[in-house]
Amino acid sequence: MKRFLRRFLLLDLLEGLWVTFRHQSPDQIATEQYPSERPAVSERYRGAPRLNVHPETQETLCISCNLCAVACPENLIVVGSVRNPETKRKDLVHFTYDLSRCMFCGLCEDACPVDALELTQDFELASYTREGLIWDRQALEEGPRPTQYRQ
Amino acid sequence: MSETITEPLLHQEPEAGATRRMTLNMGPQHPSTHGVLRVVLELDGEFIEKARPEIGYLHTGIEKQCEALNWQQVITLTDRVDYLANLSNNLCYSLAVEKLLGLEVPPKAQFLRVLLAELTRINSHLVWLGTHALDLGAMTMFFLTFREREDLLRIFEMFSGQRLMTSYIRPGGLALDPPRGWEKPVRAFLEDFPSKIDEYESLLNANPIWLQRTQGIGILPVEEMLEIGITGPLIRAAGIPLDARKMTPYSSYEKFDFKVPTETGNDVFARYTVRMAEMRESLKIVRQALEGMPEGPTRAEAHRVVLPEREKMKTQMEALIYHFKIVTEGIAVPEGEVFQVVESPRGELGYYVVSDGSGKPLRVHMRTPSFGNLQGLPNLVEKRQISDSIAIMGSLDFVLGDCDR
Repeated sequence: MKRFLRRFLLLDLLEGLWVTFRHQSPDQIATEQYPSERPAVSERYRGAPRLNVHPETQETLCISCNLCAVACPENLIVVGSVRNPETKRKDLVHFTYDLSRCMFCGLCEDACPVDALELTQDFELASYTREGLIWDRQALEEGPRPTQYRQ
Repeated sequence: MSETITEPLLHQEPEAGATRRMTLNMGPQHPSTHGVLRVVLELDGEFIEKARPEIGYLHTGIEKQCEALNWQQVITLTDRVDYLANLSNNLCYSLAVEKLLGLEVPPKAQFLRVLLAELTRINSHLVWLGTHALDLGAMTMFFLTFREREDLLRIFEMFSGQRLMTSYIRPGGLALDPPRGWEKPVRAFLEDFPSKIDEYESLLNANPIWLQRTQGIGILPVEEMLEIGITGPLIRAAGIPLDARKMTPYSSYEKFDFKVPTETGNDVFARYTVRMAEMRESLKIVRQALEGMPEGPTRAEAHRVVLPEREKMKTQMEALIYHFKIVTEGIAVPEGEVFQVVESPRGELGYYVVSDGSGKPLRVHMRTPSFGNLQGLPNLVEKRQISDSIAIMGSLDFVLGDCDR
């Protein structure tokens, strides 16, 4: 009888509707207004790669040890270097990072012994072309240059 | 797959006078198959006479690819096997490799692993509940569960740096120490979530449409379930407390006090009840892990397996040499083969790992719960209506990435 009354008076329906209605209040909003309101990613977020330079001399920190290229499961990092006969060290010539194949696992970052390669918190990586996702040394050091639009 | 196309199932000519049967493809792009599952249905009107799931549309060759990668690189692939329960997969693979190495993980790492694995279980069950209810017309659930899932994904991102593809649990411990302030969001989640489960149940448990579409539907005899190899919440909803966490405790699960929820209904509703109860139990385990978190390191003292700490690596020559050796040659895992089972949110997940003593695995095979559970589909949907098949498929909670590897 009780069950019949509940059903007849649509109490189940009203209960459900009440839950839905409670979530209409402004402090329950979960939607982010993306371009104007950017999500705060965590400290450890693995986003766009960056090749760090020395803050004073602007020289690259990379020692061309090739560990990142070896550690990468997708083999997408190519490190080019020549041996400098004077200093007996390897000088970095080019460094390409193919973001179109990257899965941001962070193994390269872990492998780097001098903290030169780093995955940053930048997550906006879209590009109009496939080639645009293959970052060379300049793009890695200075960050990407997205197309600017003006109205 | 070629075998099934030549099957008379597809090209059956109707006999004169007999009722004409229709063969219908459900999927691979059907929204309620949750991925790319194709089910070939043979229909008699609205009733399903025969059903045959066709898998393999999401076959990515992960098992084979594992053989081309280093031991530590394989972790990135285990994320992608079951993309809703990646930490369970990370854990299972890491445990298997540690078993081969004979490595003991420090207690803090074990507790953190348990904590994260249980949060993964809640995460996976939330996705299941949202999509399952969405299939059956309860759209509100989807929004509510995905909002709570967002909190969990933020916790995972905080720990590992990625929301989904965490790669956080590694052979020998964890990839990184837990981040500072990690307890705060976990505690907040523990605080909020029980009331959220009550909210879900208040929306569904008294909902006549939900009850009519789930109760008494999708019943399979228990013997048949055991024969097929169905595990996880499905077998627990049939009354058998089969749980790898209790039967073969791993990662110090024996130190936790929790129940294995079972039901006897064996229908779609019982599976729903079991999973809701499991979320509550998982919360209990997370709370215990948080309260009893031991102090200490999160990585084992094994310089040939675990990358040295960065400070050590920069100051000590020996540590730097081991760092180079691990990255370039991989971990030297001794020869042997091992099978490790964990309880993933979907059921029994097993990794069979063979090593030939080199830096790469010789074979990595996954015994995935989705594959086993999906085998029950033909028997479950037989003689039922198409609309019931949606409810049944939802209750199986398969992930096609898990199924096809």
